Amino acid sequence: MQIEAALGRAGLWFLLLLLSVAVAATAKDAGFAAHAVIIGVIAFVMIWVTAGRFDPIAGGRTFFKMPDTPSVYDDEIVRWGALATMFWGVIGLLAGVFIASQMAFPWLNIEPYLNFGRLRPLHTSAVIFAFGGNALLATSFYVVQRTCRTQLALPSLARFVFWGYQLFIVLAATGYVLGVTQSREYAEPEWYVDLWLTIVWVAYLVVFVATLLKRNEPHIYVANWFYLAFIVTIAMLHVVNNLAVPVSFLGSRSYSAFAGVQDALTQWWYGHNAVGFFLTAGFLAMMYYFVPKQAERPIYSYRLSIIHFWSLIFLYIWAGPHHLHYTALPDWAQTLGMVFSVMLWMPSWGGMINGLMTLNGAWDKVRTDPIIRMMVMALAFYGMSTFEGPMLSIKSVNSLSHYTDWTIGHVHSGALGWNGMITFACLYYLFPRLWGRERMYSLRMINWHFWLATLGIVFYAASMWVAGVTQGLMWREYGPDGYLVNSFADTVAALHPMFLMRMFGGLLYLSGALVMTYNVWMTLAGKLRNEAPMTETPHDADRDKPIVDSRPPAAAGAAPDAVPAE
Amino acid sequence: MSLTEKHKKLERNITLLAAATFVTVAIGGIVEIAPLFWIDNTIEEVDGMRPYSPLEQAGRDIYIREGCYSCHSQMIRPFRDEVERYGHYSLAAESMYDHPFQWGSKRTGPDLARVGGRYSDEWHVQHLENPQSVVPESIMPQYGFLAENDLKIADARAMLRALQTVGVPYTDSDLEKAETDLFAQADPDMDAGDLAERYPKAQIRDFDGNPDRVTEMDALIAYLQMLGTLVDFESGAPLEELAEETGR
Repeated sequence: MQIEAALGRAGLWFLLLLLSVAVAATAKDAGFAAHAVIIGVIAFVMIWVTAGRFDPIAGGRTFFKMPDTPSVYDDEIVRWGALATMFWGVIGLLAGVFIASQMAFPWLNIEPYLNFGRLRPLHTSAVIFAFGGNALLATSFYVVQRTCRTQLALPSLARFVFWGYQLFIVLAATGYVLGVTQSREYAEPEWYVDLWLTIVWVAYLVVFVATLLKRNEPHIYVANWFYLAFIVTIAMLHVVNNLAVPVSFLGSRSYSAFAGVQDALTQWWYGHNAVGFFLTAGFLAMMYYFVPKQAERPIYSYRLSIIHFWSLIFLYIWAGPHHLHYTALPDWAQTLGMVFSVMLWMPSWGGMINGLMTLNGAWDKVRTDPIIRMMVMALAFYGMSTFEGPMLSIKSVNSLSHYTDWTIGHVHSGALGWNGMITFACLYYLFPRLWGRERMYSLRMINWHFWLATLGIVFYAASMWVAGVTQGLMWREYGPDGYLVNSFADTVAALHPMFLMRMFGGLLYLSGALVMTYNVWMTLAGKLRNEAPMTETPHDADRDKPIVDSRPPAAAGAAPDAVPAE
Repeated sequence: MSLTEKHKKLERNITLLAAATFVTVAIGGIVEIAPLFWIDNTIEEVDGMRPYSPLEQAGRDIYIREGCYSCHSQMIRPFRDEVERYGHYSLAAESMYDHPFQWGSKRTGPDLARVGGRYSDEWHVQHLENPQSVVPESIMPQYGFLAENDLKIADARAMLRALQTVGVPYTDSDLEKAETDLFAQADPDMDAGDLAERYPKAQIRDFDGNPDRVTEMDALIAYLQMLGTLVDFESGAPLEELAEETGR
């Protein structure tokens, strides 16, 4: 029976292999053919895996020294998710530093594959969807099991979600480099990759909801409300924003269903809420589980979490038009977008307050626990960027900031400060627990990571603020003669020092992540760094005593005479 | 019953919770986006707008493929400095055939909504091959490979048909002649036929300085040279129409 089943599976993979060869041979463009080849390679590998000749998963388990003892929860997929988060995080940051360098030194563009225009979506997708997405997958599977006191409902479907999602990332990333893109920011993958992601995402929703259904706790914990809102809303946004008609079912190109104004608002309804639900709701879910756990304190206010959850998810959706101020979008829509963006400030800070106040009575941990310190910094950056966002959405401010690097600075204070820091903190919490280690290899390295990252963000955000305001003011500068003062090229030249500083900030942030990679690697290896603990002030009992006079008594007696009394 | 008591119903029932969440997040989009499809003054019609010719559309697809939108907007805002720098502010109607829109979100380089006719074809070729040779301060990447790649569109007719499906009013004759139109617009040896009548103001010439081949450079420059040239802002008619427009 088992052999027959295996033969059947191998047959299906073989069919897929044949199909992908056929598609690669008849594809209308190189990008589509390349993707068919990738699928073919996967099918080929899977035939060997099914035949039992090759087991990459077991190999990976040994390589990453995963514990052999079965865990009480389904943690295998969480382990892979945590590793994927680390891996894609470093790739995404590396891509970011590289394209930042291209803006300072344009000769770093290597046409056609490594030009800025093709690498920019690679960077944004790698950090948002690969790094952030894997963090969300891993933590949601971890948290939902703990807070429901049950195992995953459909563990094999969960495995499909994880590996299917990695395939989505690979197809998206290779597509960008090959020029396969829809040009919709943060939704660049073409129609067939979008269809694949839809399948994976529906499976994700099924696993998550089914696990909630078999929970052993009467209440659904607040973190799960946020995860649920994130999964449901991203599904809605993804499907509507990617409505398109492909030119051919054997080619990558498609044309979006909507045009011009309608297309623009649909895209920014999506784009803004990718921030709102992927990078905010999902990460707030992480915050709601890991901050109370690490601080060993309950969430500050249950009532606040109810109010801020519903108001956050209701208001966020409306804010999209603030990306289109003063464009050809009707005024009424712009004004609605602005008003709701300003209102959004309150529920955003509701989340920050609920997180920070959870530390009530445990504030001393900010000094002694570098993981808590990272969480506090993440929440502080969340607060700052959710103040800056509503401010930038005010039309008169936006008239200056739009199209400039100020927006880039704003995004990165949120992405590096909030999403990056909270993810790192959660990973530091997870790795020792998932691998059954006493603690991370080195707490002092976490401290180093904290300071490298914080300093990096300061350089990044400050340089981009200056760059953005400079750019905006130079574009609108008039001389006494009534003519524009600066040509566009002048404004580009003026930004060079800021681009250098931004690159440096990015390098600091990346090096923090590299320190973390080393720390994680050593933790997986089961090592503990022999270092002075961060939680104790050094105390040397031998030196803790009064100074004993060692001079001979005679000399001591003569001493007062040697010094005149007056 | 207090708020927290009422909420206990929701947080004990995953179906209720999911349904309530979905309704809550659906409202904003429905109220903001849906009316754009039926409120008339969202897009005020202006004279001169027409669908892209096959060569221009092919150029537009290259513009998208190379991610030009990452650094160049195509949306001039109604400010004095922008209008003086780039030309008349952009109208909704000017992107009515844009699937997808290319308004952009960042100006690392200048706005391109009205770049058509501002520079010569020769300038564009030199600029795309080596931007720093004509604008020393530029940080734009080089695109010399476009001049070496022959323009290859698997099926020009299918390209127009897909656009027709999403609402671009191409005629049957446009579809039939798509393949010829694609190359005839940039190949001086070919007969363009009635291309100029079907696509008014279409510029028919060799764009990349190499009349023997039709390259990706031809297509991209054909697209850039037509950007913002369709609506005539010098004549009175569009301005009168604009004077009457409401809702902006």
